[in-house]
Amino acid sequence: MDRLPRWADVALVPLVSLILAFAIAALVILAIGQDPWEAITVMVQGSVMNAYGWGYTLYYATSFMFTGLAVCVAFHASMFNIGGEGQALLGGLGVALACLFVPWPHWSLALIGATASAAAFGAVWAAIPAWLQAKRGSHIVITTIMFNYIAASLLQYLLVNTLKPVGQADPASANFPPATHLPALNDIPLLNLVFTKAVPANVTLFIALAMAVLVWVLLWHTRLGYQIRAFGKSEAGARYAGINPTFVIMVVMLISGGLAGMMAINNVMGEAERLLGNSASGAGFIGIAVALMGRNHPLGVVLAALLFGFLFQGGAELGLWTKIPIEMRIVVQGLVILFTGALDVMVRMLLVRIFALFRPRTMEAA
Amino acid sequence: MENGAYAIELKGISKAFGPVQANRDINIAVPRGTIHGIIGENGAGKSTLMSILYGFYRADAGQILINGKPTAIPDSQSAIRAGIGMVFQHFKLVQNFTVLENVILGAEDGPMLNSSLAKARKTLAELSQEYELDVDPDALVEDLSVGHQQRVEILKALYRQADILILDEPTGVLTPAEADHLFRILKGLKAQGKTIILITHKLREIMEATDNVSVMRRGTMVDTVRTAETSPEQLAELMVGRKVLLEVEKAPASPGAVVLSVQDLRVKDEHGVERLKGVSFEIRAGEILGIAGVAGNGQSELMEALGGMIRATGAVTLKGQPLPLSGKGADGQSRRRAGIAHVPEDRHHHGLILDFTAWENMAFGYFNEPEYQKNRLLMDNAAIRADTAKKMETFDVRPPIPGLQAKSFSGGNQQKIVVAREFEQDPDLLLVGQPTRGVDIGAIEFIHKQLIALRDAGKAVLLVSVELDEIMSLSDRIAVMFDGKIMGFRDPDTTDERELGLLMAGITGKGEAA
Repeated sequence: MDRLPRWADVALVPLVSLILAFAIAALVILAIGQDPWEAITVMVQGSVMNAYGWGYTLYYATSFMFTGLAVCVAFHASMFNIGGEGQALLGGLGVALACLFVPWPHWSLALIGATASAAAFGAVWAAIPAWLQAKRGSHIVITTIMFNYIAASLLQYLLVNTLKPVGQADPASANFPPATHLPALNDIPLLNLVFTKAVPANVTLFIALAMAVLVWVLLWHTRLGYQIRAFGKSEAGARYAGINPTFVIMVVMLISGGLAGMMAINNVMGEAERLLGNSASGAGFIGIAVALMGRNHPLGVVLAALLFGFLFQGGAELGLWTKIPIEMRIVVQGLVILFTGALDVMVRMLLVRIFALFRPRTMEAA
Repeated sequence: MENGAYAIELKGISKAFGPVQANRDINIAVPRGTIHGIIGENGAGKSTLMSILYGFYRADAGQILINGKPTAIPDSQSAIRAGIGMVFQHFKLVQNFTVLENVILGAEDGPMLNSSLAKARKTLAELSQEYELDVDPDALVEDLSVGHQQRVEILKALYRQADILILDEPTGVLTPAEADHLFRILKGLKAQGKTIILITHKLREIMEATDNVSVMRRGTMVDTVRTAETSPEQLAELMVGRKVLLEVEKAPASPGAVVLSVQDLRVKDEHGVERLKGVSFEIRAGEILGIAGVAGNGQSELMEALGGMIRATGAVTLKGQPLPLSGKGADGQSRRRAGIAHVPEDRHHHGLILDFTAWENMAFGYFNEPEYQKNRLLMDNAAIRADTAKKMETFDVRPPIPGLQAKSFSGGNQQKIVVAREFEQDPDLLLVGQPTRGVDIGAIEFIHKQLIALRDAGKAVLLVSVELDEIMSLSDRIAVMFDGKIMGFRDPDTTDERELGLLMAGITGKGEAA
């Protein structure tokens, strides 16, 4: 197949996919007797046209950045980690334990401690499937998805039997101590001039952005990243070069699980401030779409996370202000994932043909 | 000539893949009942042309005439109906079917197989008799030798009543004796009035077997000449577009101390089958030991075991130091540190990462080198790029763009990237597998010169190649491998292809133990 110019590959393909996804979503909205134009207006108004909306969009985007980066890192080693959901749940457990049982003097120290704990819990949860893949050949897709269910059950069990304070009805941990409260964007000097109302987006956003930069450095500027990418492109080649497959699989999955686990500092520590049963609420899975759409590049992941943050917040606004049910956001997300992920090749081939029409045939045979 | 004297005429065939013009205005006429060679470097457009003839691709322009009649060949079924049969380089046989089942596959008469099988058995018996094509019809294909599998492919085509047979690089996997047998079969087919197109890059085969030969270069048909009126030198010049040195110039070797000593090296594959059955040899400094043999007789396992890619047992020392053959220290990194450079047999799967750029590939296997690091944490990508640019210039890699992906280079230039990387490491021992496979003549000449230069600089070289010419012209000593064992050592100055060919087939002439 012919190749597209780089700019078309990076920007045009996702854009066309996105437009197609929204076009079909519009048809669905028409089909249920609602006005698609109104829907898009409400979504845009409620998520990116004011600071309050941005406060939510960025909050969701922060979570998606972590889970998207988790998928992206593993993907470069050809490991399809779809266990981000479970790793994020375990990360939540790590955050809760760190916040509840360590008397932190200041939120900044609590943030460092909770981040380390979240990453460690997520990494351990990814390490088991990684080890099974490296040593036993159990396929990582199967094992990580099974570990999502195990994580959910484990968390329910711990919440009901261990972490739930005596006398509390709902299965959730106690509230975290005030010293662990993370500054939201409206608590930060200068930013509070923009974010005048309380918003859930918090300092974790900056950690997520820093992680995107670190992932980029790791993948393209370190020996480890070189080995990860080489292994991911060609396992046989890696054997020739003397790259240890077990080492790469373990390390990349620990990093991936750690990133997914770190998502919990955004939602558990930054927003809920206690551990709830379904704390990850699907962000682990959305990370897959984010990584796909972001072309497995950290910058792409950040942009795709923003898009999905917009879809999440905009979808919630739909449920709030229109007769369109909030579930419509799942339909839109599903379509975006379908077009940017599964049908990517279709769009790409279409564009290749269009480009071929406009290209002069001049080059010599190789 | 009367209408239809040509079995095939191609008129003005052009085919482009995007911006690449693979075939440009090709004209060729193949007289019926002749063997017609098509020769050209990798990427000259031979395979594209044959794929058009066999209905895999549609030409952008031009006309195909079969027996004088314009014929459209939109798919391979039409090609078969037009009487064209194709024997691919990589056989398309079902391994766990019998010969008979393979022959009728896709040409069954109806849903029930018995009548087809009976008919095929009869036809096959006739064909075998007529053309020296004897194969046991009830043998499973997986039990057959490569030469016999190829005969099954030919039988398949003949069973489909092919009058025109296209063979794509048919001798790449054969011993010299098997190749000779193949050419006898082809001459028998020709005597019966069949037309044969032989695609090859081996000049010797063209000279030996064909009546006419067409030379392709860069997508165009350069010339068609009578084989009897040309010479290998002239063909090589036509292929490359300049004069080429076919003989390798080298001074006698002056071997020094033993660099590599291998004792009783054994390798088992993942099924527990022994692939290397106790191999022992030594290589001295300033010496090239060539391993001759048909592909799949343990050469790959030997290279991979020495290169640290697979586990082995036995005793191997490099300059007196033992090399671990399993466990810790038996990996590519340790081998490189010990002073072994390795040009692997398969550059697409091992030697290169095709999606990586040239500069990323230049660090492949050497990503831990101190000169490629900026500090303890970061790699110095700029330094690798600069180093790559330098090596690309030294080894004349074209185009000399370090940022270009490896897959965008031609086969010869890809191989030059691998060769540049490994030759420039100043190793004590160089493992070189199939250094010129799929490489054009100009690059072969260059790689051979570099290899001799390394030998003259006092390196020990282990050369594995299925090209007997290459082994004979480069090696200072030749070891012949068959069935995981070394059948014997020969001096290239006193042996000949016949003797080596017998050893390659497992037949020892001088009473040596098999």
